[in-house]
Amino acid sequence: MSIRLEQVMYTYGMGTPFEKTALNETNIEIHEGEFIGIIGHTGSGKSTFVQLLNGLLHPTQGTVTVDGIDVGLKTKAAMDMRHKVGMVFQYPEYQLFEETIARDIAFGPRNFGLSEAEIDERVREAMDFVGLDYQTYAERSPFRLSGGQMRRVAIAGVIAIHPEYLILDEPSAGLDPAGRREIFSGIQRWHEEKNITVILVSHNMEDISRMAGRLIVLSQGDIILDGEPLDIFSTQQETLRSAGVAVPPVTEVLQYLQARGFHLNDRVHTMDEAISSLYHCLRGMPHAH
Amino acid sequence: MLTDITLGQYFPGNSFLHHLDPRAKIIGTMMFIVAIFFADSLLAYSIVTAFVVLNFIISRLPAKLILKSLRPLWIIIVFTMGVHIFTTPGDVVWQYGILHVTREGIYQGSRMTGRLIYLIVFSSLLTYTTSPIVLTDGIEHLLNPFRRIGVPAHELAMMMTIALRFIPTLLEETDRIMKAQTARGANFTSGSLWQRGKNMIPLLVPLFVSAFRRADDLATAMEARCYRGGEGRTRMNELSYTYRDGIAMTAVLLVTVVLATLRWLV
Repeated sequence: MSIRLEQVMYTYGMGTPFEKTALNETNIEIHEGEFIGIIGHTGSGKSTFVQLLNGLLHPTQGTVTVDGIDVGLKTKAAMDMRHKVGMVFQYPEYQLFEETIARDIAFGPRNFGLSEAEIDERVREAMDFVGLDYQTYAERSPFRLSGGQMRRVAIAGVIAIHPEYLILDEPSAGLDPAGRREIFSGIQRWHEEKNITVILVSHNMEDISRMAGRLIVLSQGDIILDGEPLDIFSTQQETLRSAGVAVPPVTEVLQYLQARGFHLNDRVHTMDEAISSLYHCLRGMPHAH
Repeated sequence: MLTDITLGQYFPGNSFLHHLDPRAKIIGTMMFIVAIFFADSLLAYSIVTAFVVLNFIISRLPAKLILKSLRPLWIIIVFTMGVHIFTTPGDVVWQYGILHVTREGIYQGSRMTGRLIYLIVFSSLLTYTTSPIVLTDGIEHLLNPFRRIGVPAHELAMMMTIALRFIPTLLEETDRIMKAQTARGANFTSGSLWQRGKNMIPLLVPLFVSAFRRADDLATAMEARCYRGGEGRTRMNELSYTYRDGIAMTAVLLVTVVLATLRWLV
């Protein structure tokens, strides 16, 4: 069970003077249950890459298969595949359209032909997932909410499909820290409990190092790095910098101290781990500087 | 997908025609279109043909663009030809029931369709070699003298510019919303007409919401920068005539005079 890209290439505006290759020939496999972070500079091909994963874009060359089914085909199986791969776009709040929040969230499940009882169940569960109280919000108009709440409704609309692969393109852009924490903790919980595959596109390195088990770095349409985030952060700083991205701020501080002669561990996921790494280093020294 | 649609017909290039001043191009095109209707004799038609072909060669556009510009109008072309062939009285060369084709009909038909084709091809040369924004600039300048009789030249041009500016943005937005709803299982391509119309709601509602939001933002941004219409406004890129425009105008004028002479004086 995996998503495979074989010799996939994507070119926009084929045959016009505006022709532009967004993704060069790419071979990659995304396994079930992985939590993948994707980073890259603006225009590096991230959005193109994730849209190829569920057939929203058809590759100019090569094939994309989800669980063995070619998503480029127009067969029923390829159409059904759509609800296996959920996609949360950048600024998803601009896709809301229904009169009530509950009906907007129900749009996906209804399209995939679930019964009314199941739909209602899914809506309640999805609203709970993003932290919106069903009693209070279900019958309100989505257009009367704040930006952050609209974002949550939109994410709930994708969660309600129960995707096996969940793709999120910058889900936290423009959210306050509390809203970010809430959305990410929900996603992490789902990832762990239901063993779904999560693909997270983000500019926030801290989020990626905290959650992702595998990191893919894109630059100018090529996958230049693919591996364990901490490995990449501690050994590939130069490549990262040339791709226009940086290591997480916490790692950067620890690496700076390392370069100044402190013997400490820079393989940390969070601020707390960084503090304890620093603490151990200082404790271990015979006398303080 | 939707974003593959190129805006207008502009085909970027670096030819003599691309570098002409838009005002010269608009006036020249209009003049030549009038001149096409002067053409009456075989010699005159040859001159028109030569001039159109010459311009296409100078523009260095791919030849298939000629066909592309004619495609949307081929029904009108065929219709014109048919009407003339079958309804002009004269020497009958072929007859079937009440349908009869005359020698004069064929002659008249080819003349009219010839004019039509040249008209379309030549005016599409203008849109192929001029970007929409520059074209709007040219139109604004040409309309300026009419401001006295109440033509809001600047406002018209500003509206056109804004509309052109937002077409790609809205197309992109449409594409994005369409994809987002497709990912949630929406279907925009199959079903009955009624069903398909209903399926457009998840696309149209967010699109209108965002279009109004953008219009509002743009109005605020323009006001914040003290926009107050065209009165006393200067531009960053002034249009200016060069020797090229002189050459082009002279050429068009020459062809027009020659065609007029052939029609009335020879």
